[in-house]
Amino acid sequence: MDQKEISTVPEPSGSRKGSLLERVEQFLFMEARLQDTHAYDEWEALWTEDAIYWVPANGATNPETQMSIIYDNRSRIGVRISQLKTGRHHTQTPRSELARIVSNVELVEQTRGEVEARANVFIFEDNLRGETLWAARNEYRLRVSDAGFMMVRKKVSLVNNHKPISTLSFLI
Amino acid sequence: MTSLANSHDCRALIEPARVHSRLYYDRGIFEQELERIWHKSWVYVGHVSEVPNRNDYVTKSIGPTPVLLVHDRTGQITLLLNKCPHRGNQLCAYREGNRSTFTCPYHSWTFSNTGELTGFAYADGYNGADKSRFSLGRVPRVAVYRGFVFGSFASDGPSLEDYLGGAKASLDQLLDNSPEGELELTAGFLQHRTKANWKFLLENETDGYHPAFVHGSVFQVTDSSIGKLYGPQSSALTRDFGNGHTEFDLRPEWRRLDKPLAWFGTTEDRLPDYAEAMKASYGAERARQIMIDGSPHTMIFPNLFIAEIQLFVLQPIAVDETIQHVTALQFKGAPAFNRRLRQQTMGSVGPAGFLLADDTEMYERNHRGALISDPEWLTLSRGLHRERRDENGYLIGHSTDEVPQRGIWRHYASLMAA
Repeated sequence: MDQKEISTVPEPSGSRKGSLLERVEQFLFMEARLQDTHAYDEWEALWTEDAIYWVPANGATNPETQMSIIYDNRSRIGVRISQLKTGRHHTQTPRSELARIVSNVELVEQTRGEVEARANVFIFEDNLRGETLWAARNEYRLRVSDAGFMMVRKKVSLVNNHKPISTLSFLI
Repeated sequence: MTSLANSHDCRALIEPARVHSRLYYDRGIFEQELERIWHKSWVYVGHVSEVPNRNDYVTKSIGPTPVLLVHDRTGQITLLLNKCPHRGNQLCAYREGNRSTFTCPYHSWTFSNTGELTGFAYADGYNGADKSRFSLGRVPRVAVYRGFVFGSFASDGPSLEDYLGGAKASLDQLLDNSPEGELELTAGFLQHRTKANWKFLLENETDGYHPAFVHGSVFQVTDSSIGKLYGPQSSALTRDFGNGHTEFDLRPEWRRLDKPLAWFGTTEDRLPDYAEAMKASYGAERARQIMIDGSPHTMIFPNLFIAEIQLFVLQPIAVDETIQHVTALQFKGAPAFNRRLRQQTMGSVGPAGFLLADDTEMYERNHRGALISDPEWLTLSRGLHRERRDENGYLIGHSTDEVPQRGIWRHYASLMAA
C-alpha cells in the first residue's frame, strides 16, 4: 500500500495530544496491556459493531474459503470473551502469564476517519505447559470516535502459521 | 527387538478394564508402536480431493514419517517416501504443488513422480549404472475407499475394506450427506501441536463422558443443546466396531427428535438449496432420513477421526508430542452448507477453537499425570456391567460409557503382541 496523507484524520476529543503516529502507538500499547492483563470487558469494548478479528492459517489465504485459526465477527468475539469469563475455559484456567512488545509501528493509510497501521508483536506466554514465544505481523484498521480509536479490523499473521502451533487461547 | 523394548512387554500392561500409565510415556513402547502399528496397519494418509489433477502432490505422513501423496503422471495415486535414495536428502521441501518430476537439491538426481530415477547429474561418473536400482522408496500398499487414501508399510495383510470392517458404514453414512456422494477437502488444515501421547487423543475422540465437563464453558455461553447429548439421560450410544475403530452414535437422539438437520443445529428452511439437492439425489424419503441421521462421530484406528462437521488426522511425533490436523468437511454440491461447515469449524477447533483448545489442555494434563507413579494404573471400567451386543454383533454401551476405550486397547494389545 502507498503511504498516503494521514494528517486529515480528526483528533478524538479527550485523546492525548501528539502526532497521529504517537496517538496510534498509545492505542496499540493500551490494547496490548488489556490483553496481557486479561481485561476482557475493556478489550471487547474496543471493537466496533462491524468488526473482524482474523488470525490466518497457512499464510495469506482467503478466510471465506479456507480455514483460519480465528475468523471472528463482532458476535463471535463476544462468544470468545464470554467463554473466557465463565472461569471454566480450562486452557485459560489458570490464565496464561503474558507480556508482549508492540513495535515497528507504521501508519499505512487513512480513509474517511479511519487509520490503517502495521506493527510487529512479540509475545512471551507462560502457562502450565511451559513457556511459549509467539511472533506476529499485525495489521489494524482503527476508526476515530469521540471516545478515541476503535478497532474495526485486526489481522494477526503469526510468522509460523503454516506449521503446527500450540494452543492459542489467550487474546492474541 | 532390543532388550529395552522386551523389558516393556505390553501384554502385562493392558487388562480388560485398566491400563498402565507406562503405555503413554515409555519411549521403548513408542518405538514398538511405530513398528507394530504405524508401519503395519492401514493408516489414513489423505483424500483424493487434495490432489485432484494429474501431477498434483501434497506432503502427508504415516506416523512421524513424511510421505508424498502423489497423483502421478500416469493418473495413479501413490505414496512416495520423501528421501533421495542417493545420500538421503529431503527430496521435496514444499508442502504441495504440481510437478511431474522431483529433483533432489543436493546432487540434482531427478525422479519421475512415479518414483523412477530418470537422470543422474554428470552421468559419466556412474559408468552406465542401472537407474532402476535407484528408485524412490514407496509405501508398498495404497488403497482408496470412497476418496479416503490409506497406506500400509506392510506388503501383505488384510485388505483395506476388511480392515475397516464396520467402520466402513460410518464413512458411507458421512458421504450420504453429500448430494453427490463425495467429499472435497479443500479448505486447508489447521495444525495443533500437543505435548501429549497420541493415545490420549485417540481415546478422547469417542469419549462421551468428558464433554459436559470439559466443554461446559462453551455450552453455557452459546445456549447449545449439544451438552444434553452427552448427559446421563441421552439415548446416544458408544460402539466398538472391532479393529480399534470406535463410534459415538448420536442417531438414537436425532431419530427421537425426528427433525431434518437438527444434528447441524439448523432446519431445511435455512438451507433450501441443500435440502432440494438431497431430495433430487436420494428421493424425498431417503433424503429426510439422511438429514435426520446426520454425519457420524467415528474414530478409525489409528488416526482418522470424523467429528460430524470436521475431519481430524492424528500424527504422533514423539512419545510426548502429537499434532492434530483438522479441516472442515466439505460436501460436493452443497456450497451454502459448506460455508456454514467452515464457519463452525473455525469457531470450534484448531489452536484457538472454543472446543479443541480445552481438549488439548486435558491431553497435556493427562500426559503430566501419567508421569506420576501412584496410582500406576488408569481405569476404564465405566459401563462394563451394561455392555451389550447390537444387532450386528458390535459391543455397545451408554453414551458416557468407556466401551470405545476398552475396544481400542483390546485391538492395541493384539497388535503389540503380534
